[in-house]
Amino acid sequence: MTESLAITKFSDLANPARFLSLTGRIIPWLAGLTLCLFAIGLYLSFTTEGDYQQGDTVRIMYVHVPAAWLSMMCYTVMALSAIGTLVWRHPLADVSHKAAAPLGAAFTLIALATGSLWGKPMWGTWWVWDARLTSVFILFLMYLGLIALNRAMDDPSKAARVSAVFILVGFVNIPIIKFSVEWWNTLHQPASVVRLDGPTIDPEFLTPLLVMAVAFTLLFFTLHLMAMRNEIWRRRVGAQRRLAARMASREA
Amino acid sequence: MMALLLRDLKLSVRAGGGALIGVLFFMTVVAVIPFGVGPDLNLLSRIGPAIVWIGALLSALLGLDRLFQTEREDGSLDLILMQEHPLVLTVLVKCLAHWLANCLPLVIASPLLGLFMNMSEVAIGAVALTLLVGSPALTFIGAVGAAVAVALPRGGLLVSILVLPLAVPVLIFGVSASYAAVEDPAPFMPPFLILSAITLFFAVIGPLGAALALRNAGD
Amino acid sequence: MRLKAQGLAARRGEDLLFSNISFDLGAGDALVLTGRNGSGKSTLLRAVAGLLHLDAGRVTWSGSGEAGRPGEACHYLGHRNAMKAELTVAENLSFWKTFFRDSAGGAGASVAEAADMVGLGGIAHLPFGYLSAGQQRRMAFAKLLVAYRPIWILDEPTAALDIRAEQTFTDLIKRHLRSGGLLLAATHQPLGLDNAQELQMTGFSDLPESLL
Repeated sequence: MTESLAITKFSDLANPARFLSLTGRIIPWLAGLTLCLFAIGLYLSFTTEGDYQQGDTVRIMYVHVPAAWLSMMCYTVMALSAIGTLVWRHPLADVSHKAAAPLGAAFTLIALATGSLWGKPMWGTWWVWDARLTSVFILFLMYLGLIALNRAMDDPSKAARVSAVFILVGFVNIPIIKFSVEWWNTLHQPASVVRLDGPTIDPEFLTPLLVMAVAFTLLFFTLHLMAMRNEIWRRRVGAQRRLAARMASREA
Repeated sequence: MMALLLRDLKLSVRAGGGALIGVLFFMTVVAVIPFGVGPDLNLLSRIGPAIVWIGALLSALLGLDRLFQTEREDGSLDLILMQEHPLVLTVLVKCLAHWLANCLPLVIASPLLGLFMNMSEVAIGAVALTLLVGSPALTFIGAVGAAVAVALPRGGLLVSILVLPLAVPVLIFGVSASYAAVEDPAPFMPPFLILSAITLFFAVIGPLGAALALRNAGD
Repeated sequence: MRLKAQGLAARRGEDLLFSNISFDLGAGDALVLTGRNGSGKSTLLRAVAGLLHLDAGRVTWSGSGEAGRPGEACHYLGHRNAMKAELTVAENLSFWKTFFRDSAGGAGASVAEAADMVGLGGIAHLPFGYLSAGQQRRMAFAKLLVAYRPIWILDEPTAALDIRAEQTFTDLIKRHLRSGGLLLAATHQPLGLDNAQELQMTGFSDLPESLL
């Protein structure tokens, strides 16, 4: 019984009109919360001690690491939406992965740019073809490719299905890319926060990092919901214009 | 003529326009090179200018076949041919619009790819400058190929095959000017001036040839 | 104003489609080409517009202004609409308006007026690609109205149109003729013009009579 209720709730939400009114109420709260967390996170980021080796440049980490996390989470969200598109053929899922692609590209770009700024003082060069950097760069190219794919097709639902296939193929392919470049060359440090034996990073850095990570995640969801609303409205405008063209014939 | 320029720019920015795709192709081509030659930064910085130039050359050719083909497909080409404006001028304006929409983004993106190739600041500047000066020549030569292949069903590949050999001088002087800026003994100005001369030369020859080809491709 | 053609002949590939075609049109005259598919109607129209090399003969035009190529005094409406699906109708029309510019001796309508005249005044702000085939054809016709040209060359203008739109076209063509314009049209349906000359095309001018 509860399960069927959950399903009805879910399909209620999946109705675009419901979605619009619900998100309309949620977004201000979400945006406010994001703003607060960013204020706290940025305050912590700038008041904590600098690293004894890296000095103040370590603060780049507070932007770089959350952006890099999100670049991957965004792709996961898109892959889930892509499944929604292909399995349930739900229009909201189409809208979801279409709206997420530019966000993913933006977060990946932030991660790449801040990484590059961090790399210059640390490694002495803006860019190295290291495993981690290279695979993130490939991810960036895939986001851009998806945006181009979506732009290239007129029919939104067809574009959504085709790009959903591409997203899923990419999702399967990303681990392979990651592996293949891993043995190719590596300079980037190994993961240091999420590890089986606990974080190796000093708690001094960990707190602002976590706050910033949560803030970035909320920022992503806020922007994602807003982008979805825009996309729904854009489609409605398109439908209205087509209708106007049809009506004009009838009157004339 | 201004109207034609604005229309072509609008078309390339609207949905389905090719401006983004060219830059994307450029980035992808340049990004796969290190996988082939290995991540040795010294090697990459040595071959960087050449790689960026070749990447830009290929991406500049990418959208060229559509320059006149879209006009022909919807019948606009007939009307353009009938007007009393000199056809050479019309072709020149179309080339200009194509360059602004497709090649200028490549020039702007090239410093970023220079960073990926671990090139020095001077080399990056030199490549961007030579691309800025040399890429119009690619568009003008390409216009001739596009005009010749306008009526062919699969002209896209053919345009590249026709145009690539003609683009060799541009590549030679573009790359040698970029290297001259970095390596001391070779002077920068002579190859750079020759590159500029080639561009000006093709700015005359290209539209003339393309106009001639379009007049004769009538069917 | 006089459009003269003398001894026109043209080929498609190796086949001679027509030869020795002559006509002489003055202000207000209309010439309607009839004939089966492949009889060379479109070829003749394109040849007059200067889009095709003639095998023999010449077309001359003496207008009110200085003499030029006949094509420059023509509006040509071919099978394709010459409008960009990505741009709005208004953008398309105003581009052609500035690109065409008026020929000597007349002035074109504004973009909004032209859209009104073909009965689609309310939807000029929509992208051209959103319109139906018939609406697209009407908007392509509106292109003839935004800039003045003494000669109209229309190739199957009423294809894909319903009866009412056909009537609109006929009215506009009659208006053009009354104001001293010239018309060359190829058509299957009668356009309902009163005093049009008719030219029957066969398309086999290189075959001996016995084979026809």
